[in-house]
Amino acid sequence: MSSYHLDHLQYLETEAIHVLREVAAEFERPAILFSGGKDSICILRLAEKAFRPSEIPMPFLNVETGHEFPELIQFRDRRAKQLGARLIVRTVDEAFAKGLAAPTPGQISRNQLQIPVLLGAIEEFRFDCCIGGARRDEEKARAKERFFSFRDAFGQWDPKNQRPEIWNLYNARLNQGENMRVFPLSNWTEMDVWEYIQREKLEVPTIYFSHTRECFRRGGQWLPVPTVHTDIIKPDPYAGARPKPNEAVKSLVVRVRTIADMISTGMIESLAESVDDIIAEVAAARVTERGTRADDKASEAAMEDRKKAGYF
Amino acid sequence: MPHSQHPIELLRFNTCGSVDDGKSTLIGRLLYDSKSIMEDQMEALERSADITGGGQINLANLTDGLRAEREQGITIDVAYRYFATPRRKFIVADTPGHVQYTRNMVTGASTANLSIVLVDARQGVIEQSRRHTYIASLLRIPHLVIAVNKMDLVDWSEDRFREIREEFESFLPLLDIKDVKFIPMSALNGDNVVEPSSRTPWYAGPTLLGHLESVHIASDWNLHGFRLPVQWVNRPNNPRDPKLHDFRGVSGQIAGGVVKAGQKIVILPSGHRSTVKEIWTYDGPLQEAFCPQSVTLVLEHDIDISRGDMLIGSENLPGMNADLRARVCWMGQRPLQCGKKYLLKHTTQTVQAVVTCLGNRISMDNFAADPAATELAMNDIGEIRFRAAKPLIFDGYANNRMTGAFILIEQGSHHTLAAGMLLPPTELVKAEYEDFTI
Ligand SMILES: Nc1nc2c(ncn2[C@@H]2O[C@H](COP(=O)(O)OP(=O)(O)OP(=O)(O)O)[C@@H](O)[C@H]2O)c(=O)[nH]1
Repeated sequence: MSSYHLDHLQYLETEAIHVLREVAAEFERPAILFSGGKDSICILRLAEKAFRPSEIPMPFLNVETGHEFPELIQFRDRRAKQLGARLIVRTVDEAFAKGLAAPTPGQISRNQLQIPVLLGAIEEFRFDCCIGGARRDEEKARAKERFFSFRDAFGQWDPKNQRPEIWNLYNARLNQGENMRVFPLSNWTEMDVWEYIQREKLEVPTIYFSHTRECFRRGGQWLPVPTVHTDIIKPDPYAGARPKPNEAVKSLVVRVRTIADMISTGMIESLAESVDDIIAEVAAARVTERGTRADDKASEAAMEDRKKAGYF
Repeated sequence: MPHSQHPIELLRFNTCGSVDDGKSTLIGRLLYDSKSIMEDQMEALERSADITGGGQINLANLTDGLRAEREQGITIDVAYRYFATPRRKFIVADTPGHVQYTRNMVTGASTANLSIVLVDARQGVIEQSRRHTYIASLLRIPHLVIAVNKMDLVDWSEDRFREIREEFESFLPLLDIKDVKFIPMSALNGDNVVEPSSRTPWYAGPTLLGHLESVHIASDWNLHGFRLPVQWVNRPNNPRDPKLHDFRGVSGQIAGGVVKAGQKIVILPSGHRSTVKEIWTYDGPLQEAFCPQSVTLVLEHDIDISRGDMLIGSENLPGMNADLRARVCWMGQRPLQCGKKYLLKHTTQTVQAVVTCLGNRISMDNFAADPAATELAMNDIGEIRFRAAKPLIFDGYANNRMTGAFILIEQGSHHTLAAGMLLPPTELVKAEYEDFTI
């Protein structure tokens, strides 16, 4: 092999940096969706590589359901500060208050409700492009998505009519009100993400590593017992997501493989204490990472339907 | 999925062929036999088998990810899949077979190192096999595999396999493909996909996976003639940090060749010259960098440079012209006609362009060019001449897939209308510009 040779991670890296710079050059008001999860952690490192020594030329945006793991929020805030970035947070609760969204009766997960909040933030800040950490290997509707994924004025994705995306000549043109979602990690797998975290020595939130946690069994998964509700005025946001009397609570050694919020994230039993351990675990895994996400299990086309409506 | 600490190469390939030749089944088989299918995916497959497959697992359901695709049993858009063996990582683009979705086939094939064209052994070579082989050649995909599938339905007949092979060989010389391999297989049963088949004793070649793992791809990037299309100008403008205050870098992905610290470069179209002071990266300065690395170059001189400019070395010069010729694969609903104006994106710049002349539409029956053609309809391939509002700095696509490619975009709707491949320049940039002095 010649010395002019990139290994697979270096190839994925240069592809992603190229995408990020195209965004910076082609859009007026782009934002990076940053949740604190492992994929968006990689995006931030790639943004550093794309734009340093300048500042990362776009703010970070996060949509909170209100059911977040506190560790994740702390990590998110700290990382944004370290990077000197502006972090914009919009929440489902605020959207309720403003009348942008309404709670769905009988539905405890607020996953769907992130859609109007995201679209609201896009309108509020007039973002023309949102960079997300989604990967094609996560799910089969995602497997169909372009790097530059066009959304019409209603934020909708039309999977049957995507723009051809040829070579790395991304068509970033938009009309008023239209929007682009850009996914620099499109070609990365879960393994690539962890290998990159290892190579770059990136810090990740502690919930990715094994820890002891109270869990209960529901829908074939171990769900975390939500934090105790102490506020006597506000209603318990986790009502319905707490174990019922017939759902026994167990203290388990677990970690998360993919993070949604506390209601939608299944914990996996794991002894992985380091990034190396996680890589070994992913290598031996026999279920996909999304196999632990309650929100995807709803139906075969659950993700496709959410994406059409404007989900990330 | 085995994990290894050695550098692992990435191979990108796409599968194409006509509807129902078995593309999706083949990818399902590759994933299944290389143990890249997870239990929950298997469960989902089994669930959908009960509904749609009468109990039979349908491997194609692994890649047909859209509801409309599963309902109609066809592939509409490219699906990307990922798997790894101890030798390599693979990115697979499962591209649609319908003529109607050729644009998506081109999307999936444009970034591939290798193309697999599937043929149904019963049907032999049909128009779609020719079309896809032609497109693979047009896009200069360096390696081609002709997968003669459904051999189980022709009794594993060596004669049939040869017949199909000979038919291909009769037109391959008309195309630009260097490396072609023919493999007889059954995607459904797995013969010669991952495991060698006992039913083809007359076939001595590798299995498909064996070939994918060993085909030589290191030289697929252009390493002759340095090209850096300027993507973004890096100016921190940081008043707090005096060192950063004056930093001025030129960021981009190297589209050809190698660049070294201290090397002389020319900036086009201005023709100004300078020297590379530093190859700046987040991980520290580099002594040299090569295609397709993303870097930031700091130059000795403070020259006016902006997005769309190109930095080049002094050897293997590119062309620079506003009047150009190209082959195009047309994807628009409305036909391509002379006199029409489009937006053209080439490397990092988008300019207006007007089509001045059109012809040589390629017939998929015999690959003959029809010089009398006056328009290109959707999925047609032909030749155009156009004038751009600004000169492009370019190479022939055959020499450099990055600086020889462009897309056309419709003004107003912003639909992507065409993939374009530039013909080689008739004259090169003259390297006679004066040395830049401050
Ligand atoms: N007997 C036999 N049948 C096969 C083989 N490969 C695929 N098939 C069948 O051929 C049919 C079409 O296969 P698909 O994989 O869906 O075809 P495709 O090429 O992906 O078609 P599109 O998605 O529409 O482009 C299915 O019923 C498969 O089971 C094979 O090797 N032998």
